[in-house]
Amino acid sequence: MPATTPASTGEPAVRVTGLTKRYRRVEAVRGLDLAAPCGRITALLGPNGAGKTTTVECCEGLRRPDTGTVRVLGLDPVRDAQALRPRVGVMLQDGGLPSTVPALEALEHVSRMYARPRDVGELADRLGLSSFARTPVRRLSGGQRQRLALATAVVGRPAVVFLDEPSAGLDPQARLAVWQLVRDLRTEGVSVVVTTHQMAEAEALADHVVVVDHGQAIASGTVDSLVGGDGSMRVSVQHLDPHHVERSDGELAQHLTVALGRSGHEHSVTTSSLAGTLEVHGAPGPELVHAVTGWARDQGVLITSLTTGRRTLEDVFLDLTGRSLR
Amino acid sequence: MSLPVDVPAEPGAAVPPEQRAAPLARRVAAQARIEMRTVLRNGEQLVITLVLPVLLLVGLTRTSLVDLGTEDRIGLVAPGVLALAVMSTAFTSQAIATGFDRRNGVLRLMATTPLGRSGLLAGKVLGIAGIQLLQMAVLVAVSLVLGWSPSLGGVPGALLVVVLGTAAFTSLALLVAGTLRAEAVLAVANLLWVLLLAGGAVLLPASLLPAPLAELAVLLPSGALGEALRTVLAEGTVPLVPVGVLSAWTVLLGGAAVRFFRWH
Repeated sequence: MPATTPASTGEPAVRVTGLTKRYRRVEAVRGLDLAAPCGRITALLGPNGAGKTTTVECCEGLRRPDTGTVRVLGLDPVRDAQALRPRVGVMLQDGGLPSTVPALEALEHVSRMYARPRDVGELADRLGLSSFARTPVRRLSGGQRQRLALATAVVGRPAVVFLDEPSAGLDPQARLAVWQLVRDLRTEGVSVVVTTHQMAEAEALADHVVVVDHGQAIASGTVDSLVGGDGSMRVSVQHLDPHHVERSDGELAQHLTVALGRSGHEHSVTTSSLAGTLEVHGAPGPELVHAVTGWARDQGVLITSLTTGRRTLEDVFLDLTGRSLR
Repeated sequence: MSLPVDVPAEPGAAVPPEQRAAPLARRVAAQARIEMRTVLRNGEQLVITLVLPVLLLVGLTRTSLVDLGTEDRIGLVAPGVLALAVMSTAFTSQAIATGFDRRNGVLRLMATTPLGRSGLLAGKVLGIAGIQLLQMAVLVAVSLVLGWSPSLGGVPGALLVVVLGTAAFTSLALLVAGTLRAEAVLAVANLLWVLLLAGGAVLLPASLLPAPLAELAVLLPSGALGEALRTVLAEGTVPLVPVGVLSAWTVLLGGAAVRFFRWH
C-alpha cells in the first residue's frame, strides 16, 4: 500500500520518534513512533487513556517530550514554536474558547492572529455557525461548540491541523458536516491528524491509521492494509458431547486448517481473542462454508454463529490487544 | 483508493503568505481588546471594578458612619478607593478570568496560535492597563466632584505606585489562577479581596485598624499600596518604605508566578 509514503516529498508532515511523556507516576506515552503523510488524513485510533491526546499536545508544542523527537513540517514544536504556530491549526478536546464571548466573536478573535485568515462569514456558513453567532460560548450545545472549535482550528489556513476527538458528542448530521470539512481540507492539500476512539470515524475518514494503546503505536497503515482486503469468516463453535475431552481453540484451528486443506481450501485458521471462536482467513464462498460445516459435523461440534465479511478495525484492535476499544 | 496529488510545500521551503502570522502589535492589541470587552460585558466584574468603588467613594465621604479621624474625608478616601480599584482589577478580576480560561483550555488554545504564551501575557497586561485607565478616569472625576484636591506634584509618583501595585497584584492573580482549580480560584480571589478590604489597609489607613493588625497591614501589598498612594497624593513625595515593601512583593510574587504557573 502506497499511502504511508507522501505523494512527492520524502518527509511526512508529522514525524514522532520514540516519544515518551510521564506525568508524575503515570507514563502516558512510552516510546511512540508515528508518521503522518503530507496532504493526507491520519487517524490516531485508540481507547481513552491510550496516550493520543498527550501525543498531539507534544506535536502542538503544548507539552515538552521527556525523550524522543517530534517534528512538524520538519520543525521542532517547542524550539521553533514561533515559525510553526502560524502554520498549524489546533482543535483541543475541551474546546479552548472563552466562555463569556459570543461564538462568532471568538472565531473572529482567533482569526486576527493570522496575516490572511479565511473569511469568517464564509466559514461560519459552511459549518452552520450563523444560527448561534451571538450566543456566548458557555451556552452553546456540545455539537455547536465542537463545530466552533473546528472553525477556529482552520481559520488561519494552516498546513497541518490537529483535531482531538473532533466529532465527540455530535449528532449524526453534524458529524457528517465535520467529516466533509475534514475531507475538503485534504483536497486543499492540508495534512490532518485526528485522534478518535471511534472506529467508524477512522474507517470513514482516514487515509492512514495509527492504532495506539498503552502509550505505544501498535499498528499502522491504511484501513485496508490493517483489516486485510480479502475478508474472512468467523466461526463460533461449541462442543456437543460433554464427555468428550475438550480440545483447545488452538488444536481446533490446526485441525480445521488440515481438514480444509484436504478438501482443497488453502486457508489459514487462527484463534481469536474470543474463546471458542476461530477465524478463517481468505475470501469466503459457498464452498468454504460447506467445507467448514462438514468439518463441524464430523467433529461433533455445533456452530453457534458464522459470520463472513470484511473484518473491522474493532476486530483488528481486539486481535492486537485482546480487549474491546470502548 | 485515489488520493489527491496536490501536496503542500515541502517542509523547510519558503512559507507561503497565507500561512503567516499577523504582526505582533495587532495580535497583542486584539488580545487586550477581548480581555477588556470580557470585563466590561460581565456584570459582576463591572460591579467590583466600577460600581463598588464609586459607592464606597460617595458613601464614605458623604456620610459619617465610619469615623475617619479627619475632617478631610475625601482626601483620605479617594487614594484608598484608587488603591482598591487597582487591587480589584489586577487581582480579583484577573485571577477569576485567568482561572476559568485555564480550566476551559483558552490559555492552551491561544498558546498554539501565533499569539503564543508571551503574546497572551502581554495582551492581558495591556487589557488590565486599559481597564485601569477607565477606572481611574471615572474615580478621579467623581472624587474631584466630591471636592478632592490632591497634590499635583504627586501625580507622577502616584502613577509609579499604581504600576508597581498592578505588577504585584497581577503576579498574585496569576499565581492563584495558575495553581488552583477554577472554583478554588473564585473562592480565594473573592475571599482575599474581602479580607484585604476589611483588614488590609487598602481603603482606609492602617492607623484605623486595631493594634496587632495595624503593624501587619502595612507589610501587606494592600497596605503598602494604600499607604503609598495616600502619602504621595497628599504630600507630593513618594514614601520609601511602602514602595520598598510593594517592590519586594512584586519580586516575590512575580518569581513565584513564573515558577509555579501551570498552563494545563
